[in-house]
Amino acid sequence: MDLALLTQSIVTGILLGGLYAIVGVGLSLIFGIMGLTNIAHGNLMILCSFLIMVFASVFSNNILLALIFTIVVMMVVGFLLQNFLVNKVIDKGAEPALLVTFGLSIIIQNALTLKFGADARSIDSAVANMNVVATKYVSISGAYLLNFVVAVIVILALTMLIKHTYLGRAIRAASDNVRAAELMGVHTKLIYSVTMCIAMVTACIAGLLVGNTFVFYPYSGTQYLIIAFGVVVIGGMGSIGGTLLGGVILGLAQLLGSYFFGTGYQIFAGYIVMLILLTVKPAGLLSNMKRK
Amino acid sequence: MAEEYLLRVEDVDVRYGDFLAVHDINMKFQKGAITAVIGANGAGKSTLLNAVMGTNRPSKGKVFFKDEDITGLRTSLIVRRGITMSPEGSEVFEGMSIRENLLMGAYTPGPRKKRAELMDKVYQLFPVLKEKEKQLASFLSGGQRQMLAIARAIMSDPDLIICDEISLGLAPVVIGDIYEKLHEINEAGMTVVLVDQEVHRSLENSHYSYVMVKGGVVMEGPSGELPEDEVKDAYFGINKYA
Repeated sequence: MDLALLTQSIVTGILLGGLYAIVGVGLSLIFGIMGLTNIAHGNLMILCSFLIMVFASVFSNNILLALIFTIVVMMVVGFLLQNFLVNKVIDKGAEPALLVTFGLSIIIQNALTLKFGADARSIDSAVANMNVVATKYVSISGAYLLNFVVAVIVILALTMLIKHTYLGRAIRAASDNVRAAELMGVHTKLIYSVTMCIAMVTACIAGLLVGNTFVFYPYSGTQYLIIAFGVVVIGGMGSIGGTLLGGVILGLAQLLGSYFFGTGYQIFAGYIVMLILLTVKPAGLLSNMKRK
Repeated sequence: MAEEYLLRVEDVDVRYGDFLAVHDINMKFQKGAITAVIGANGAGKSTLLNAVMGTNRPSKGKVFFKDEDITGLRTSLIVRRGITMSPEGSEVFEGMSIRENLLMGAYTPGPRKKRAELMDKVYQLFPVLKEKEKQLASFLSGGQRQMLAIARAIMSDPDLIICDEISLGLAPVVIGDIYEKLHEINEAGMTVVLVDQEVHRSLENSHYSYVMVKGGVVMEGPSGELPEDEVKDAYFGINKYA
């Protein structure tokens, strides 16, 4: 047994889990509050990656400024999409809203291919190529460490927002009982739109981290949507904290699968673990949200 | 005089598709009074009150609150005008603590500013809620849930509270407690609209009553003057109401 490689796999798996968590947290939030499976989440995140790349070139490679601009744009886009598309059909059962997001997903993917072509892209930053820890047993890249730290901060901030603010309570109330929430004076459709804005903020951050860690293509959204599903299913649909746990389990399963069975089994191992956990705990590990 | 009445329902019809659920409803709810709406299951009481709260949109007629037309307004806007509802089945937020449920009652900007004062008021009225404030609402008994639903409604500092099916599924001793609290609320100046399926209790605990049968009002008057036997005939749809 190669102890160094095993240690490296465990550390990388955990850190990769942070990236997976931030990819999945927006999907989990939307599902937990509205009961909506946002098929477009992966492609919206990749749209954010492209926007950050474009804005970064406009702002002389100032990534932070590009991120802020993208967040503003995507919050507006998210609000409009929710308000004028999804909210119109969300009361008509799960399927119409699902189809709306599916259609949106295809539009985004094709529009990106049309505009940017099928070439691989990335968001370059100084952090991406830096090794912050380099020992005999383990080395940690700046990008992976940044992904994990940002994921923890975002998930903590979201948890605080949901648990301790009036907006958060209104979001939980709309998720718990729509009619009762309306009777408290909560405009639930507006709350859904605000929730979509929050999910867009997480998608922008995820888009930056993905673009800073890996290359991306106009069609990468589907790949990340599947990862997001894995994270959310393992952690528990609607559980914000569960996405971090789900991300770490999926990341570890992939890297350890790769270590024990070869790199060809990396993705396979992740989904085998997901299937086992689904059998043992079908609602996910930390699922606690429901919808009436 | 119009200003005597906080809430007025004029010529209201409500339809579910082609089905006319309530028709030609005219009701006036006097300021500071307890008004009962009596009727069997399916008489149209909840449909009508949901139309007042904006959950259903009347297909005909108008609803006025403080002489302002509120017909078809969104529920969240109606709540901001000063009407609140303790819904049938209490519908507390199961995943929230009692304290959080109460804070949700004070969600709109006005009540939010004085939430501490309102919280003291409801804790004085329902001390059991104070004792259990950190518990999840899902752990409460039926009576405590009803108390929480009423307390949560009071947290919005309303002028008028609608209590839909206030005694549904509760033990008689608990119902007595809840009615006692309702009278305290009313004596403090709040106008109450009461829906209860028990005829005697409704008449005994209200100042004025409307009796609904098959979507229409068949009888109304001061509760003490309405003949209880005839109200029961209407309720059960027998004798001249068959």
